Amino acid sequence: MKRWLPLVIFLVLVGFFAKGLFLNPREVPSPFIGKPAPAFTLPVVGDAGGRTFSPAEMKGKVWLLNVWAPWCVSCRQEHPVLMELAQSQPVPIVGLNWKDKDREAAQLLAQQGSPYVAVPDDLSGKVGIDYGVTGTPETYLIDRDGIVRLKHVGPISPEVWKDKIEPKLKELGA
Amino acid sequence: MIPELGHFALIIALLLAITQAILPLLGAQRGNLTLMAVARPAAQGQFLFLVLAFGCLAWSFLVNDFTVENVARNSFSQLPEVYRFTATWGSHEGSMLLWVLMLAFWSTAVSVFSRHLPDDMVARVIGVMGLISIGFIAFLLTTSNPFDRLIPGAPDGRDMNPLLQDWGMIIHPPMLYMGYVGFAVAFAFAIAALISGRLDAAWARWSRPWTTVAWAFLTAGIVLGAWWAYRELGWGGWWFWDPTENASFMPWLAGTALIHSLAVTEKRGAFKAWTVLLALTAFSLSLLGTFLVRSGVLSSVHAFATDPARGAFILGFLAVVIGGSLTLFAWRAPRMLTGGAFTWVSREAMLLANNVILLAAMGSVLLGTLYPLLMDALGMGKISVGPPYFNAVFVPLMAPALFLMGIGPLARWKEAGLPDLMGRLKWALAVAVATGFALPMTLDGFNPWASLGFFLSVWIILTIAIGFRERLKHGGRLSALPRAFWGMQLAHFGLAWGIAGITLVANYQEERDVRMNVGDHTTLAGYTFTFQGTTEQPGPNYRAARGTVEVSKDGRKLFTLHPEKRIYNASGMPMTEAAIDPDFFRDVYVALGEPLDDSLNTWAVRVFHKPFINWLWLGAVLMVIGGFLAASDRRYRIAVKATVPAGAAAQGA
Repeated sequence: MKRWLPLVIFLVLVGFFAKGLFLNPREVPSPFIGKPAPAFTLPVVGDAGGRTFSPAEMKGKVWLLNVWAPWCVSCRQEHPVLMELAQSQPVPIVGLNWKDKDREAAQLLAQQGSPYVAVPDDLSGKVGIDYGVTGTPETYLIDRDGIVRLKHVGPISPEVWKDKIEPKLKELGA
Repeated sequence: MIPELGHFALIIALLLAITQAILPLLGAQRGNLTLMAVARPAAQGQFLFLVLAFGCLAWSFLVNDFTVENVARNSFSQLPEVYRFTATWGSHEGSMLLWVLMLAFWSTAVSVFSRHLPDDMVARVIGVMGLISIGFIAFLLTTSNPFDRLIPGAPDGRDMNPLLQDWGMIIHPPMLYMGYVGFAVAFAFAIAALISGRLDAAWARWSRPWTTVAWAFLTAGIVLGAWWAYRELGWGGWWFWDPTENASFMPWLAGTALIHSLAVTEKRGAFKAWTVLLALTAFSLSLLGTFLVRSGVLSSVHAFATDPARGAFILGFLAVVIGGSLTLFAWRAPRMLTGGAFTWVSREAMLLANNVILLAAMGSVLLGTLYPLLMDALGMGKISVGPPYFNAVFVPLMAPALFLMGIGPLARWKEAGLPDLMGRLKWALAVAVATGFALPMTLDGFNPWASLGFFLSVWIILTIAIGFRERLKHGGRLSALPRAFWGMQLAHFGLAWGIAGITLVANYQEERDVRMNVGDHTTLAGYTFTFQGTTEQPGPNYRAARGTVEVSKDGRKLFTLHPEKRIYNASGMPMTEAAIDPDFFRDVYVALGEPLDDSLNTWAVRVFHKPFINWLWLGAVLMVIGGFLAASDRRYRIAVKATVPAGAAAQGA
């Protein structure tokens, strides 16, 4: 019986692979598409004056919620692209600082520049859970009425912007 | 016209692959020498036509033929000539063409360097390689034709991925594929032996040089990839446990186990079933790596564009090749008699333990790589497994294997007395323990990981020295030692040296992210970095901001570094080009982050001091040289004389 073991293990793996082919690791179905973005109020990174941020403030604007973290390597890869976008196009980007246990965000943004209009500080990660965040970076496109229109998992590249996000923005007239 | 010529050449190569697979296998089964004789010319013919196809594709890239879809997607008129050539294998289609070209190259090599093998063995080995080739050429022709036309043609190309525009990337894929595909030879030998039922020492001896050469290429490929990531990604890291990296590392672990297991099978006739299984596993993991990278079932930083149709094809092919070979293994396993007996303290036992650990390490990497997929398929949510898992599992698993690496080569076959071994090794052990403990104390205080790294590194190097001393004790000369011995010791020494480098850089590197205005300076590890601003610098297919950073130590100017921030014209992609001052003892590494004001005077600058990182690359170079040296041992060549009469006798009988 022992000699069949390698084959059995392999066949189980093939079953998983076959299933995996029809799943897209980047396309996480978000139950929030077409639904209102979950509300939250969080302190803003680097503001000792107690300023907070809440999605309600963005009402009437089309905006992007980018979930990132200082410890996330892909976010560093994404950072220059966001910097470029913050300058070249009008849609504001809010950067949800997710589970920054080492408190590095303020320093990092001061040194590397910030593409964000506000950086709410989700230390416990609870807001991230409300949004169904599975890994950083993730970006949500939210419309004038506060409805989530699009979710992108993984870093935004110039191509993702051109092929996926920009068409949606045109659709929304932003 | 030229692309069509390439397409036809590919079709002819497929027909030759079918011939190469069916006729010799049939001939070997029936004992028909005429059919068996087809193997060599068919393999060589296939290789010629694949060279022609590859040449046609390279030509299309070099002349910027943007009516070929593959060229339009992956090249650009402003791309420098050398990158237009390497773009040939920069795309999915092109890299698969390179894969089959390499496979045909190995088949041809087998057809040339197999004069001393029995005819039916050669026929079966080349036939099995033909079967694999059929699958991959059919994959190219049906789902990934590199010669597909784009009518009307594109006015210009979309450019090669800027990350790949680096000379490390020019040689990384060919080396990696030589390794991946090289394991196909060991695989084919194992299948041939399973079919014929001749799993003996001769089979192990024939497989050994091929496996070692493939392993050396794979080592070179993996390390070139790490070296590329180090210089090109601008984060100063060299290994990220990314699925693509793991895909190349798993066959390496299995291949390393195979090399050692083959040694036991050849010398002692033991572990036959285990060795065969490892030969099947090493190549299966190469195929699995191809599937993982090409199909998009796992998301990776540098996975290629993915397509479910391609994934389904490779998976089907994988199921046939691996499933078929494992079925054959299970069916033939009862015929494999175990060889010489050995006790628990012997070289066999050490090598077996090493093998088990290597496979366990491979399994842990496999599990970590596939875990997100398994969870997703079971509907248990999307998760990702990161470096903390791999570091926590992999390092403790490998440590005992590295410890055994010191003992194995010194232990006797069959039975080695424990007291005897202890007597020979006690000083090495004492010195290694003392160094491991004392060295971190003199550097930075108590550090268990650094201690472990130093201990293992010193331990291996000392046992190598003991190995040489014992060999030379009875008046032998260094030049008289066989190349296999030199190769083994060199590869082991390279690994120990590399571990020393890894330990030092992982525990004692320093880095700093600073905001710098023109004239600002910062100090790190005794070096003072003065930022002198950036200048606009046009490149062939990009625009760059070229920074100037002057580095001095103790008030003395040492050198000037020029890190760049590039924006590529066609894709608009930003790229960081780190500037490195390398040295035997350290790298000084500077990367430009983002401009922090519109006048481009203030930048985020990343500076690193990487102690002894180059030991890692140098150690790897020794491992590769060791592999080639061992494979060129005289034994494998004089075996020609030893086996020809045996083969002739068998035919005469």
